[in-house]
Amino acid sequence: MKIENRKMKLLIKNGHIVDPANNRNEVCDILLEGARILKVGKGIDCAKGLTIDAAGKIVMPGLVDMHVHLRQPGREDRETVATASAAALKGGITSLLAMSNTTPPMDCAGNIDLLKAIIKKDALVDVFIAGTITKERKGKSLTDIAKLKKRGAVAISDDGASVDNSKVLLTALKKAKENKLLVICHSEDKMLAGRGVVNLGSVSTRMGLRGVSCESEYRRVQRDLKLAQEAKARIHIAHVSCKESVEIIAAAKKKGVKATAETAPHYFALSQEAVLGFDTNVKMNPPLRAKEDVKAIRQGLKDGTIDAIASDHAPHTESEKDIEFERAEFGVIGLETELAVSISELVEPGILGWMSLVRKLSANPAKILGIKKGSLSPGCDADIIVVSPQKEWLVEKDGFLSKSKNSAFIGKRLRGVVEYTIRGGQIVYS
Amino acid sequence: MTKWSRKDLCGLEDLSREEIELILSTAESFKEVTTREIKKVPALRGKTVVNLFYEPSTRTRVSFEVAAKRLSADVINVSTETSSVKKGETLIDTGRNIQALNADVIVVRHNCSGAAVMLARHVDVSVVNAGDGWHEHPTQALLDMFTLKEKLGRIEGLNVSIVGDIAHSRVARSNIYGLTKLGARVTVCAPKMLIPPGIEQLGVGATDDIDKALKSADAVNVLRMQFERDEGNAFPRQVEYFQAFGITRQRLEKAKKKIVVMHPGPLNRGIEISSEVADGPNSVILEQVTNGIAVRMAVLFLVSGAATK
Repeated sequence: MKIENRKMKLLIKNGHIVDPANNRNEVCDILLEGARILKVGKGIDCAKGLTIDAAGKIVMPGLVDMHVHLRQPGREDRETVATASAAALKGGITSLLAMSNTTPPMDCAGNIDLLKAIIKKDALVDVFIAGTITKERKGKSLTDIAKLKKRGAVAISDDGASVDNSKVLLTALKKAKENKLLVICHSEDKMLAGRGVVNLGSVSTRMGLRGVSCESEYRRVQRDLKLAQEAKARIHIAHVSCKESVEIIAAAKKKGVKATAETAPHYFALSQEAVLGFDTNVKMNPPLRAKEDVKAIRQGLKDGTIDAIASDHAPHTESEKDIEFERAEFGVIGLETELAVSISELVEPGILGWMSLVRKLSANPAKILGIKKGSLSPGCDADIIVVSPQKEWLVEKDGFLSKSKNSAFIGKRLRGVVEYTIRGGQIVYS
Repeated sequence: MTKWSRKDLCGLEDLSREEIELILSTAESFKEVTTREIKKVPALRGKTVVNLFYEPSTRTRVSFEVAAKRLSADVINVSTETSSVKKGETLIDTGRNIQALNADVIVVRHNCSGAAVMLARHVDVSVVNAGDGWHEHPTQALLDMFTLKEKLGRIEGLNVSIVGDIAHSRVARSNIYGLTKLGARVTVCAPKMLIPPGIEQLGVGATDDIDKALKSADAVNVLRMQFERDEGNAFPRQVEYFQAFGITRQRLEKAKKKIVVMHPGPLNRGIEISSEVADGPNSVILEQVTNGIAVRMAVLFLVSGAATK
């Protein structure tokens, strides 16, 4: 950033500001100075500096995507910090949590330093780092949690794998609590899931594919929540996909377990029927579930059981996806479609209002991770997006900035276009 | 009159009743050809059919080969044991190379469900599914239906039971799609662990009582027990299976006298069917094999005709 920009002013005028952190949901102006928000209110004028006319647009804090696989270090053929950043900005994401399952994984200070160096060089968004729970994500021996925290990790997770050994996870939860660090659980009983590739039920039967039962997810959700309760620790359940998991999380919250949960756009937008054509771009783990599960996920978002929406952005190369369905990799990209899918599938049908949507996409994940983002209070980082909520666009394979193109939404028409992404007071995408 | 407009035949799930009937009636005329002294017609002269088999198969591959030759096509058999597939070439690359060699039809057998669908999406030449994983085996179901129609004069209104490992059977799925579209009432019968979830949503009944499945059946399609597929100890022991589900003369005595007994082969005598029944008067097992040629001639003829238009 150039020094003369430090005091540069930027005025966003007449936008509909949606800022749940300040309970603001009205048309007004917002003035930025340098990298921070100066003031928010009606009738702000600014002779010097740039003005964005946001009439008819929604203005909200930049999205905080708490589940992103950057693939760097190790799998730069799939994605890099640079390409993921560009994709994130296009999708309105200004902060993200880098998941720990890179090669090498984020299981020691040295590896975190390695990633931090790449971030410093290439990142265009604020990248927060998740460390692993266990060494090499093998579920056996714990990492040095205090040290990971000291090096900058804001959470720990073995995402992609569940810690099978309950004693190991219990200890991890206790240590994480001591260190005030969040544990994010990929809750899956791999023995129950077996070699399944689609949801177990009528669709796996029709396709002749091995099925993954909901049981393999919710039984593990239940165990993980029980352990968190025992450790009196905070826990966050990643990528919730089925009805029973929602019910179990709701019950745990009611009992006072310090639990939060996230889902991904594909789990409230698509059901298992989307897989029937053997399109590997809709193959992910957990798999797309039945219509009643989709309904339960939507309801869970509405009633607050599910706190956050995260993309679970999982890039894979074409050669990893353009093969036989059961051999193809699990995972879909999501940075560039997360907001539009959420608008199209949650706001448009009236499941969530704008305030709730921004909570799920920005304010809540920031709160869960304990980072100072997701708010438009004066003094906060000026991470803001300006969105045309009604504008329709066609998702096309060639349109992605992400290095990989494995989107479940190719060919779909979505509503909601990010017109401006402002990070630290600078227009970084428009 | 229905016209064939599909480039490929990947399964029966997507086909309309009319399209299935068109294949069956086309097969009837080809069957007449096979009774002539000179069993060859020039319909596919100058065309090339490639048999791309990723799984061992004798019956299906030879049947496609004979069918293609009777249509005067050139036939090339690619065995994955001796090809670049061994060197790690992907299915799509193999398919595109075969296309570049100016083949007109690829007949593919693969151990992964959906392989034929995927190949068909990536090549311009016709693809015929000769069995993909547990998904579909459309020509087998078509020849089963052809045989049934020949024996009983119709499909509409028949009670057909499919007995055996339904969960892992592509023959079962294709038969279910085809038979229900043509108006038959289908019941699947297997040990509970081998009845896949949600099967009723395909419009069939399900039972684990073999006598019930046979009671009002006009035909029974006996599947091979694929014990090599057992992953989670879901299968009963062979002896147990024969006792509980084996098709024996004693069981058939309680069924309709003229019940048609089918089997897609290869037979496990004494496991899913007794020799007495397999070789007995109700069995049409070898006629199925013969009819397979006419049915596959019809399929090759229809898909290659559509592809040239």
